[in-house]
Amino acid sequence: MPEAQPTPALPTIGILGAGKVGTVLSRLLLAAGYRVLIAGSGSPTKIALIIDVLAPGAVPLSADEVARDADIVILALPLGKYRSIPAEQLAGKLVIDAMNYWWEIDGHRADLSDPRTSTSELIQSFLPDSRVVKAFNHMGYHDLDEGPRPEGTPGRKAIGIAGDYDADLTAAAALVNAAGFDPVRVGTLRDSILLEPGSELFGANLPAEGVQDAATRFPETARGREVAAARADADEDEDEDAA
Amino acid sequence: MPTTPIEFGLNSFGDVPTDGSRTLSDAETVRLVVEEAKKAEAVGLDVFSLGEHYREGYVDSATPVLLAGIATATERIRLGTAVTVLSTNDPVRLYNEFSTLDALSNGRAQLVLGRASQTQSFPLFGYNLEDYETLFEEKLDLFMKLQREMPVTWEGTVRAPLVEQTLHPTMRPGGIPTWIGVGGSPNSVIRAARYGLPLMLAIIGGEPHRFAGHVDLYHRALDQFGLPRQPVGQHALGLIADTDEEAAETWWHSWQPLITMMGRERGFYPPTRERYELELATGALFVGSPETVAQKIVRMTKELQISRFDLKYDIGGLPVDARARTIELFGTKVAPRVRELLAAEGDEPQHDEHASHDLYRIGSTHA
Repeated sequence: MPEAQPTPALPTIGILGAGKVGTVLSRLLLAAGYRVLIAGSGSPTKIALIIDVLAPGAVPLSADEVARDADIVILALPLGKYRSIPAEQLAGKLVIDAMNYWWEIDGHRADLSDPRTSTSELIQSFLPDSRVVKAFNHMGYHDLDEGPRPEGTPGRKAIGIAGDYDADLTAAAALVNAAGFDPVRVGTLRDSILLEPGSELFGANLPAEGVQDAATRFPETARGREVAAARADADEDEDEDAA
Repeated sequence: MPTTPIEFGLNSFGDVPTDGSRTLSDAETVRLVVEEAKKAEAVGLDVFSLGEHYREGYVDSATPVLLAGIATATERIRLGTAVTVLSTNDPVRLYNEFSTLDALSNGRAQLVLGRASQTQSFPLFGYNLEDYETLFEEKLDLFMKLQREMPVTWEGTVRAPLVEQTLHPTMRPGGIPTWIGVGGSPNSVIRAARYGLPLMLAIIGGEPHRFAGHVDLYHRALDQFGLPRQPVGQHALGLIADTDEEAAETWWHSWQPLITMMGRERGFYPPTRERYELELATGALFVGSPETVAQKIVRMTKELQISRFDLKYDIGGLPVDARARTIELFGTKVAPRVRELLAAEGDEPQHDEHASHDLYRIGSTHA
């Protein structure tokens, strides 16, 4: 029998965004024993009181500092502001995209509602030197707040995750599990559109089986067909361009 | 002298109701809202507030006009908003409207300023949603200056500058009670505290106790700014009927299609009946018999330290009779029952001795 390995130190988590989702995720991960660094849109002093009350224990820093000092960074800012993300400092890191296109906050944006591209693919292209995984986006922040349960609890709610690399999905799954939810792999970053607004899973607060089922039947839903058609057209255009 | 430990308000968005198989016209709904406000006063409620929406199924677009009509048809009930979309209003025009309403109603006007969850007013009046923060921040600054320190000299990016400007009719000293409506954004809570304005929590989904942290944040922020405690209120949706079952069925009939439509617009799937039942049991919906709703409100006074509870009693397609019954039961059964329960527990909010007076002084001291 091999000797017990010492538990490797938990990664430090950075959270960009100190709003509804950012503060809830901070609380969940602090409760799980992680060191959490968090940034709002301005200087850390602006969010010091918010963090002290709503996520005590998290460390308010600037966005640059959070991106630089954290091992894994969660994006919880309004999607429309993604260009403010400090891309350079995130190079080489796992970045978890919890953002959604919400036109009432972001304004109507064609670039964020194009069915041919998932918004996480957009983020991945903005962060070419990072590895992006979609997670924590489809569950409403109040369900995130109310839903965490220890692993193995019957009826434990699940969170769908999507990404392109197995190791990154494993790391994201560990975070989701630590936060109090069953992680369910639903596909690649391109597939992550099935976790976005307009898809059945968006807003879903279901156990693992329910998340899995909804992901499986996505292609048959109206939204799934719309996405498939738009992507098929795009591929055709590309073929024509190539020819 | 005993004072009211908790205030009760009704909120209407001017939702168009049904009467039997018929849907009322917009004009009929406008007149109905005035009648409902009169009824609210008759059953002893404290405040009647109207929203501001610009879409089919809602007739509350000209809020101050409708409130003025109610002002001349009532004598005692206070008249407010739920909420005024400050970002797409001109603060000067807003001041004029509400100083006039306050004069007309003999000092009964008040406001809740916020973002609102509907955004039709942005394109309608030529604003960009992306500018929301700047619009709200600058306009709140100007509106509070107008209320607190006339004449006003002001310059910003969202409207023409003012130089030594005085407006008429002038408001009472310090302005009218002005609340900030928040939907969960911690930054908005801090903003309300920074201006020393009371906080209205719009809680329309999930378990309300989630907002306890926001109330704590609000109090801590007021302390940090060196400002005195201000009231916290709650805006919620609901319906009161004679039995829990009747209330649940009647509400579901209108709520389900409404949420389904909103889901289509925003990209989420409609709620299941199971989810609905959960909202009734532990969530944000105040749907039930008078006793059920009263018990739930009492819980809110503890979990969220609220001293004002506003019930939005109309949602699209609800029968006029169900609306009337809600208003009646809210005033005659729920409000007295909540007060009775609070008195019995000797657990009334501590700041009430002066709360209702404070409402008239809010804003006067910390410009």
